[in-house]
Amino acid sequence: MPDSLILRASASYVLWAGLALSVFVLLRGHNEPGGGFIGGLIGALGFVFHALARGPAETRRVLRLDPLAWGGSGLLLATASGLPALLLHAEPLLTHQWIDGLPIGTAIPFDIGVYLVVLGFALAFVLPFLGEESA
Amino acid sequence: METLLALLFGLLLAAACYLLLARSLPRVIIGLLLLGNAANLAIIAAGRVAGTAPPLVERGAQALAAGASNPLPQALVLTAIVISFALTAFVMVLAWATWRSEATLDPEALRRAEPAALPSTDKQEAAEAEARP
Amino acid sequence: MIAARADWLLALPVLIPLLACALSAALRGRPLVQRAVTATAAAAMLVSGAALVAEVLGRGVIASQMGDWPAPFGITMVADLFAAAMVAITALIYAATAAYAPADAGMRAQEALWHPLLAALVLGVAGAFLAGDLFNLYVWFEVMLIASFGLLVLGGGREQLDAAVKYAVLNLMATTVFLIAVGLVYGLTGTLNLADMARRMPQVPNQGAAAAVAFLLLAAFGAKAAVFPLFFWLPASYHTAIAPVAAIFAGLLTKVGVYAMIRLVTLVFPAGQDWMAPLLWAVAAGTMVVGVLGAAAHWDIRRILSFHIISQIGYMIVGLAVATPFAIAGAVLYIIHHIMVKANLFLVAGAIRRAGGSFSLAALGGLWRRDPWLGILFAIAALSLAGLPPLSGFWAKFMVVKSGFDAGWYALAAVALGTGILTLYSMLKIWIEAFWKEPPEGAAVVALAGRERWLLLGPVAALALVTLGIGLWAEPFAAYALAAGEQLAGREAYIAAVLGARP
Repeated sequence: MPDSLILRASASYVLWAGLALSVFVLLRGHNEPGGGFIGGLIGALGFVFHALARGPAETRRVLRLDPLAWGGSGLLLATASGLPALLLHAEPLLTHQWIDGLPIGTAIPFDIGVYLVVLGFALAFVLPFLGEESA
Repeated sequence: METLLALLFGLLLAAACYLLLARSLPRVIIGLLLLGNAANLAIIAAGRVAGTAPPLVERGAQALAAGASNPLPQALVLTAIVISFALTAFVMVLAWATWRSEATLDPEALRRAEPAALPSTDKQEAAEAEARP
Repeated sequence: MIAARADWLLALPVLIPLLACALSAALRGRPLVQRAVTATAAAAMLVSGAALVAEVLGRGVIASQMGDWPAPFGITMVADLFAAAMVAITALIYAATAAYAPADAGMRAQEALWHPLLAALVLGVAGAFLAGDLFNLYVWFEVMLIASFGLLVLGGGREQLDAAVKYAVLNLMATTVFLIAVGLVYGLTGTLNLADMARRMPQVPNQGAAAAVAFLLLAAFGAKAAVFPLFFWLPASYHTAIAPVAAIFAGLLTKVGVYAMIRLVTLVFPAGQDWMAPLLWAVAAGTMVVGVLGAAAHWDIRRILSFHIISQIGYMIVGLAVATPFAIAGAVLYIIHHIMVKANLFLVAGAIRRAGGSFSLAALGGLWRRDPWLGILFAIAALSLAGLPPLSGFWAKFMVVKSGFDAGWYALAAVALGTGILTLYSMLKIWIEAFWKEPPEGAAVVALAGRERWLLLGPVAALALVTLGIGLWAEPFAAYALAAGEQLAGREAYIAAVLGARP
């Protein structure tokens, strides 16, 4: 990767713009095309761009937690979203419980979980292969 | 429409088989992708392609209206695409790591796990083999 | 409202490893916490597996509709005697490899990844055993597959990379063939629920297409099970994995393929189309012979053991080919016995490597004098594999071979007996070379001692005790296998549990 000033300078803006877009796609997915999976991929792309420009070590610092830990937390959240149905209504793993009076159901935490799983595991997979770590 | 899809399925399958037999990992990976797409096509073709209306049950109705599309194959294919995406990504990383460590992508030349000659059990022969450069 | 017991019992074998996978991934970098998570999960899995077996013994086949969508539209999880036993044995292997792994030399740098990947593998295996529909079976296969990819390359060596390429490509082809078959089945019968499919398959007007689909599914599952002539990925890859990974692969992965074959043939194609019995006959014989001869040619412990996985799969296919309830019971007992013994042998191989410094028989020797307990533990597993009384392998082999004689398949039974003798030859070869022979000059001498010895040999001894237990108190296990065989051959109980008592 040639060292380009424009690339380096734009990296963090592209990252935040990508993350904003990915969250938009994540939340919009409940009425229109989109969702956790595709949102997670877009978010991962933002981080991959950042890693290409600034190197994976810098990206890991921006991530704060290890990518695997992000993915694991997402898996935990997605799993937890299936439990209320099992505990309250004897309907194991149904991810569509509604909170009374609010248009928010267990599908939202499930999708956020999927988002984190895709983002985390994709980055855990790709980051070791980018930049100086692989040279 | 079904006939067309069936022909396309056959075409993809044939191309996939040809590529999978190639002695080059990138071609094999493209072959796997084509094979996966052929499988997706088979599922879509199996699940009634004629319907175009969204598969929503009207208020008060008990079943889908005629002409509705079948949502199940679409859900299956979506799952299958996501899975094959992840697995293909893994195989591509494997191929890349192989290229870095072995400097070849010819599966025939990759014999590290299974050396062509079995290690000899005869002590003298084994010692001679060790001595050879 | 509290969920019914059946719902819990069927959800837990999947939920426990899922949570363990998520937690141990989230807690990366804290190896002690990860170990605690895995240990807790393995213990919980053992309890829930045992509870599942008890429930199925008491109440017959149980089924649960995930999300309460009624079958055949929703996702169904089912457990009959066979599936429940497989879940319990999966839990046992999970516990044994989890206990063994931290002491393994190949593991140290990789432990952070081992815990989540192991849990993901167990998740896929347990899910596949409980899946009540074909597409879910496919998804569980893929969960298992991607976890196994990660586990296979854990050592990070060049051999593992080479092995992983072949393993990945051939297994991906097999699962894609499976997926094509899923599409065709759906086109033919309009359902993916196995019980529903069992009802509808005889009414399919185009029985030729049904036969083609059955063949495709058998080929896909057969490739997973490493039967002749689809086994090439197995000897190319298993021997490169680090010991605990090889043990759990050897114990569980191929058996999921066999499980799927038995489930498919007994449930959906029970009448057996004309071509099926001769095909399974040839596959069983070929698998036994090729596997055992391949093993005879090798002088590396792990490669010998890898080829023996293949030859032992052949015995299970014999049971499926003969297809009487007694033969299927034999296959069930054989799978249970083989999962334990084979995983145990790979764990022993890891300990031999630690004590003797090599996997190659030429470089080993004198282990008996140095550590008789290691020898005794190897001998129990090896002789059980060869089918000597009074170990578990004897009863399993006895049932399979007897069913062959009863059904008049003398040639196949003879092949099975001959394979047993050659298995004994391979095991004696390892015994004589590694344990009795004088150690060659310059052989590494590491005395296994103290804590490490307990950690390595403890799980091995536990599995050996179970093998011995099944051999000496065979009655309840044989009775269980016979009941499972009756249930598989009868199949009404399974269909009724899933779909209700509709006509």
